[in-house]
Amino acid sequence: MGLLDQKFENSNVIITSMDNLLNWARLSSLWGMQFGLACCAIEMMATGASHYDFDRFGVFFRGTPRQSDVMIVAGTVTLKMASRIKTLYDQMSEPRYVISMGSCSNCGGPYWEHGYHVLKGVDRVIPVDVYVPGCPPRPEALMEGLMKLQEKVRSESLAKKSA
Amino acid sequence: MIAQEISDSLKAQFGDAIVETKFDGVLDPYIKVAPEKIKDVALFLRDNVQTAFSYLMCLSGVDYQEGRLGVVYHLYSMKWNHKITLKVDVTVEHPHCQSVESVWKTANWHEREAYDLFGIIFDGHPDLRRILLPDDWEGHPLRKDYQVQEYYNGMKVPY
Repeated sequence: MGLLDQKFENSNVIITSMDNLLNWARLSSLWGMQFGLACCAIEMMATGASHYDFDRFGVFFRGTPRQSDVMIVAGTVTLKMASRIKTLYDQMSEPRYVISMGSCSNCGGPYWEHGYHVLKGVDRVIPVDVYVPGCPPRPEALMEGLMKLQEKVRSESLAKKSA
Repeated sequence: MIAQEISDSLKAQFGDAIVETKFDGVLDPYIKVAPEKIKDVALFLRDNVQTAFSYLMCLSGVDYQEGRLGVVYHLYSMKWNHKITLKVDVTVEHPHCQSVESVWKTANWHEREAYDLFGIIFDGHPDLRRILLPDDWEGHPLRKDYQVQEYYNGMKVPY
């Protein structure tokens, strides 16, 4: 329960700021969008499976962008796919976050020079919050990326948009 | 049947349409066929009991540079357990070749791929569209002289 557990003892009254409450709610249930583009998606699936258990972070993969908070771009973004990713991102409701997983979606990866069909980084079409390096990143790396995103959400405020 | 016998029976049947044969023991034996005759040769190889090439294992496009393109057909006979390679040469100025889609259905997507990436046009193909790249793509990327485009639909392509 983190910040709330000390305050339940007698009165059933919680006193906290709106910022803290909203941020805590958001960062504890970041629902991911269920789609993968390449081999990174295998690692993402492994992260979601029982051994690494993404569920304990409150990450549940949803089958539609309308129910998702975070898009994990897992794999090579081809030029053909890039416009679809933009559409899916636009369909997500705010606040929305993007984790770029793996070298391909960070910067083009091994296709950076001769990949005539590969977008050299998904940040050319949508804004990215966290970059996870690796080819592909191990589940631990993806989990650390998610925790970095949680830190970022924790520092948000209603008064100003986060950087 | 060995490659020499296959080649002899093709030469007897088609004459000048068989451009070149090579059985040097280094490469797989291949028979080079004129592009406007490849469908007839393919049909003969499939339906002749002696050859019975029922299976097109692969159809590939090649860019030999200096204005020459090619198509390579790898055939296999399940009945006789023998193989042969057919080759067709076309030019960049006139990249036309007969389609073998009516002989082996599997050639449908392979020919679309060769058209998509090399720009080889298969006459008689029922649905010759791009198969991998988007429909609005310009150029044929596996040609050796292909230049990466600066922008595609507003997205910068080079690193």
